[in-house]
Amino acid sequence: MATLLQVRGLKTQFFTQDGIVSAVNGIDFELNEGETLGIVGESGCGKSVSVLSLMRLIPSPPGKVVGGEAMFQGRDLLRMDNEEIRSVRGNKIAMVFQDPMTSLNPVLTINQQVSEALELHLNMDKKQARQRTIELLDLVRIPDATNRIDDYPHQFSGGMRQRVMIAMGLSCNPQLLIADEPTTALDVTIQAQIVDLVKQLKEEIGMAVIWITHDLGIVAGLADRVNVMYAGYIIESADVKDLYASPRHPYTLGLLGSIPRLDAEIKTKLTPIDGLPPDLIEMDAGCPFAPRCKFAIDRCLQENPKLETVGRRHVVACWVDVAGGKR
Amino acid sequence: MAEGEILVEVKNLKMWFPITQGIVFQRHIGDIKAVNGLDFFVRRGETLGLVGESGCGKSTTGRAILQLYRPTGGDVLFEGQSLCTMKGEPLRHMRRKMQMIFQDPYASLNPRMTVGDIVGEPLEVHNLMSGKALRDRVMDLLEVVGLNRYFINRYPHEFSGGQRQRIGVARALAVQPDFIVCDEPISALDVSIQAQIINLLEELQKQFGLTYLFIAHDLSVVRHISDRIAVMYLGKIVELTTRNQLYDNPLHPYTQALLSAVPIPDPAVEEKRKRIILTGDVPSPANPPKGCHFHTRCPVYIAGTCDVEEPEFVDIGNEHWVACHRARPDRTQS
Repeated sequence: MATLLQVRGLKTQFFTQDGIVSAVNGIDFELNEGETLGIVGESGCGKSVSVLSLMRLIPSPPGKVVGGEAMFQGRDLLRMDNEEIRSVRGNKIAMVFQDPMTSLNPVLTINQQVSEALELHLNMDKKQARQRTIELLDLVRIPDATNRIDDYPHQFSGGMRQRVMIAMGLSCNPQLLIADEPTTALDVTIQAQIVDLVKQLKEEIGMAVIWITHDLGIVAGLADRVNVMYAGYIIESADVKDLYASPRHPYTLGLLGSIPRLDAEIKTKLTPIDGLPPDLIEMDAGCPFAPRCKFAIDRCLQENPKLETVGRRHVVACWVDVAGGKR
Repeated sequence: MAEGEILVEVKNLKMWFPITQGIVFQRHIGDIKAVNGLDFFVRRGETLGLVGESGCGKSTTGRAILQLYRPTGGDVLFEGQSLCTMKGEPLRHMRRKMQMIFQDPYASLNPRMTVGDIVGEPLEVHNLMSGKALRDRVMDLLEVVGLNRYFINRYPHEFSGGQRQRIGVARALAVQPDFIVCDEPISALDVSIQAQIINLLEELQKQFGLTYLFIAHDLSVVRHISDRIAVMYLGKIVELTTRNQLYDNPLHPYTQALLSAVPIPDPAVEEKRKRIILTGDVPSPANPPKGCHFHTRCPVYIAGTCDVEEPEFVDIGNEHWVACHRARPDRTQS
């Protein structure tokens, strides 16, 4: 498989009154064509900021991408001029946002909103765009699309709006669909519908997907690879099966241990991760997870570990080998 | 778990919200039947989980039990006394025994009050303590929920989500209640913090013998914390049983679909799982479908029965209540 996206040393900071917030601290990752990458982490770990940086959607000021490169089909997304990035955004790379209630414009009909990208990127006329919009709504399984195309967003439920967002994302046959917590605002049965839909569409269209979430459960059933992020760093990255079968970072291990599983025996007590995520303004020199880590040694407080290979396509940033033995 | 004194009993509870039209003269044109005839009880010392999707009426149920909304119909008995007919001072007195923990730790604490004022307010309102005794009690409460006792003079904005939720828990505990309604207490928190709060709630239950009504939409969490679980759909309970029965032998098609929709954090398991994917969305509670409310989305509905006749909520044995024509042994032949 060919590499579709290669990110090297991506670093994004926000310059605020309280100081410099290092939201993304030099991350590297790759994505192959047709692959699904899950980015997992808690709020404030930099998962959304990292993809917004790629799309050049970081509000500036206060935010700024201060370093790195992101090669997409041989061109650096971070160094394109505005004209160029606009031709990529919504065309080759599409994005679906978390909140389907606020990401659609309430005063425009569904047709107007979906057609916009078609007219802009594919130079379709109104009639063609309308026809294609109906096809797209059919594709995301909106019943009776021909009649519902002129409805307004408030006439759709949350799950249906998220389908419309996905239809908009798919309108220009993107090579990459970035989904930023697309199901967090939805109920579990609707979430199952959306996950199922994206899986099927991926097969049909053959696009790559980056799926951002805090739910380790969704990623398990959806992704090929997973990046786990903490405090602006990727701290572990592996193929999905390896990550769940042999997590190597104490944070990944802690996350998996702290959620009750529907199919597991009922434990008397959960094992939470103690403490709180660090303040991204004043980060110490050591590993950002060290203050909450059960395995921390002296070295963890002084030196931040780099990602190292520990298995086939499995990298982890930790001085201690939690699986036992020395690294 | 068949024994134990019944602490809260809910009888045919109804909570309707009127829909009105017109600006000057508000004509009553219909009702949102948020909760439409619930029957269940909670035993002393147990945790009853209440699950369902958004809009199914689970939070309304919690609030109607505590008389934060006055129910439209039915009754709530607390220690055998009817709350719905109670007013004024006797009701105020009862409120000491039942408290609530809210979902959003950012919206449920007054930003202009110190932690001491927030946690101490219930004690003052009920004239239980004042002065130094109050202050000492608040400090003790903060320690009970795992906060530093000297946080008493701080303001809510100085705390993280998890810490704020602990403040909310301390406030609920202040008047030494018997019964606490936990309305999605962890859904606004990060994954690594959720387990901290769940463990805290469980410890407190053991320590003080508390009874919980635990409202949530996350079935894995509910399974972890509850003794018995009720599943709600569109203002009605469709299934209620012990946690093991519900997960091992779910009888209502909605429960089955709900369970199968919960993702499991294990790729090997996810690969083999069969999902029941429900089509469509939850209908509007202003105009619920005829017959069984679930029949419009039900994968196994019986034409001519489910869309005409509303199934009764009956005990089919072993403390397993279910409202489904399919689940009735005497009906399945038809």
